[in-house]
Amino acid sequence: MAREESARTGTARKAMFDKIWDRHVIVARDQGPSLIYIDRDIIHEGSFHAFADMKRRGLTVRKPRQMFGTPDHYVPTSGRSIGDAATPEIARMISQFDKNMQWGGIRNFGLRDPRQGIVHVVGPEQGITLPGLTIVCSDSHTSTHGALGAIAFGIGQSENAHVMATQTLWQARPRTMRITIDGTLAKGVHSKDVILAIIGKIGAGGAGGHAIEYAGQAIRAMSIEQRLTICNMSIEAAARCGMVAPDDTTFEYLHGRPFAPSEADWDDAVAYWRTLPSEADAVFDSEVELDGGAIEPMVTWGTSPQDTLPITGFVPDPAAQTDAAHREMVAAALRYMGLEPGTALADVPIDRVFIGSCTNSRLEDLRAAAAVLKGRKAVVPAMVVPGSTGVKLAAEAEGIDRIFRDAGFEWRESGCSMCAAMNGDFVKPQERCASTSNRNFVGRQGPGARTHLMSPAMAAAAAVTGRLTDVRRMMS
Amino acid sequence: MQAFIKETALAAPIPGRNVDTDQIIPARFLKADRSAGYGPFLFHDLRFTPDGTEREDFVLNQEPHRQARILVTDENFGCGSSREGAVYALCDYGIKALIGPSFGDIFYNNALKNGLIPVRLPEEVVAGLRRELLTGPERGITIDLEAERVTFPDGTEHALAIDPFWRECIMKGVDEVELTLGYMPQIRDFEDRYLSEMRWINR
Repeated sequence: MAREESARTGTARKAMFDKIWDRHVIVARDQGPSLIYIDRDIIHEGSFHAFADMKRRGLTVRKPRQMFGTPDHYVPTSGRSIGDAATPEIARMISQFDKNMQWGGIRNFGLRDPRQGIVHVVGPEQGITLPGLTIVCSDSHTSTHGALGAIAFGIGQSENAHVMATQTLWQARPRTMRITIDGTLAKGVHSKDVILAIIGKIGAGGAGGHAIEYAGQAIRAMSIEQRLTICNMSIEAAARCGMVAPDDTTFEYLHGRPFAPSEADWDDAVAYWRTLPSEADAVFDSEVELDGGAIEPMVTWGTSPQDTLPITGFVPDPAAQTDAAHREMVAAALRYMGLEPGTALADVPIDRVFIGSCTNSRLEDLRAAAAVLKGRKAVVPAMVVPGSTGVKLAAEAEGIDRIFRDAGFEWRESGCSMCAAMNGDFVKPQERCASTSNRNFVGRQGPGARTHLMSPAMAAAAAVTGRLTDVRRMMS
Repeated sequence: MQAFIKETALAAPIPGRNVDTDQIIPARFLKADRSAGYGPFLFHDLRFTPDGTEREDFVLNQEPHRQARILVTDENFGCGSSREGAVYALCDYGIKALIGPSFGDIFYNNALKNGLIPVRLPEEVVAGLRRELLTGPERGITIDLEAERVTFPDGTEHALAIDPFWRECIMKGVDEVELTLGYMPQIRDFEDRYLSEMRWINR
């Protein structure tokens, strides 16, 4: 029996996604979208279209207590004043955001607020993200929040206005996919390598129309911060969302965070959260398996996250591709990236390093990079942008900032920075950047920029050697 | 939302799988107010050189594709960023519909909200259409939402699979927020029950 039918009739045990989805349906329809309740909308500066729409309609924000705002895409990382913005236009984006938050009565972790940061770092860090919730944000990497057992997905500005006005969305139920990673990750292999390996296997469109649940021994062994990295890049395989079932690791992470349940509600919340994981005999529309123990440190070579190989690999040859369309894709990617077929990836020189983004800017990410950098020097320009002011302060308390500075890195304020290249931090044309971000698209980090995605440890290794480097060779 | 029932227009083939929203509209243009129109930003870095000169090899800079109001795309078109600016750029340029084997999920939703019709057809059918448009681009394609049919330049017809809910909304130009506000009693009933059980949601 198909999973959709079995979920509807209750004849099969449910997957976690179905349990949470069904709990949020207000108006069910036999076909097409249902009206579902949205628990959280997290808002950044790109939301100005949605606010303009609300004002034009004469509507107010219906549930401001379920909304949270923080500026991240356009904020300067060189300082914490609007005056530090790269251009007056960018400064206007930030001040307009503050006005919109005030207009909507929405909590705003503004530029100088100690809680400010990238939306997908701040949500979990503050306990805004909780198991069993539906969470939206007008940013495609909202899938990040699924690491705590939530349904979290990106939306556009029309949908953003719809949520602000009604606290609901019309959504079609996606199909489900379980990706199981068993085995133990080898030394030098991080969660970023795992998600790149997954995308490399299933492709940039491989999870289109699906909600992914990540499962297996390797996922269970991961910290929440590692799981956040995995779920973050679900969208790069075209998934609607990515999720990990909540467990004791989740509960320990959340306990005591500012917006997590109070002590009075904690036991009830955890009791509910324990009901969320998929049943042992849950039915999924699609299953994918990878051996975690076989995954190596990964780097991208092309212009899509699916263009990924182990660092021990070689730049592919378009002529070796059997499919004509794929052959042209590879050729176009190599032209843009300025790479020759057959080149060892470990021989590719780089011009700069960026450590940051909603994928890899948390404390554990910075620790992993700092462990490689300690006592070493970067030979190319390099910058690290913590994912939140909280992460920055915690790293400074541990002395991590000094390791980066001693290695020659710029130590910046928090924000999206060079990942989105909207705030004035960008990679110059034809410059090759080793980046811990999530997208190596044409022009993503700036017009003509060439991006290689990798883990924080791999990016640190590249900074020290000036080329793509197997971090395992630098580990004691 | 602008109502859409039936449209016959020239189509242009957009090459490449996984054409992402960064390519549809580069990030540096997203600060613009919508009132000015996002059309000039569409495929900006593919259409223009850094000095603003048109790139002759880009399909929308060639006749008759310059007049196209339908784009024929490859798989996973509109993947990547959730920026609705990508849809604004397509709409403001004058694009009415897209035909492709698959679209990025967020992009697909954004398109529907703006009355831009994303038509999913089998990959081999779309590939054939792209080839046909390169050799004989002067004839139009008809997209008929009412009849749920797409008619190709050679006269072949294909079923237009679109969810009945969105089909009705788009044909009538329904305002989705207004529609949902009509469900406010059900929303409040749900909320009263749900939020009393999930006390910890609002802190």
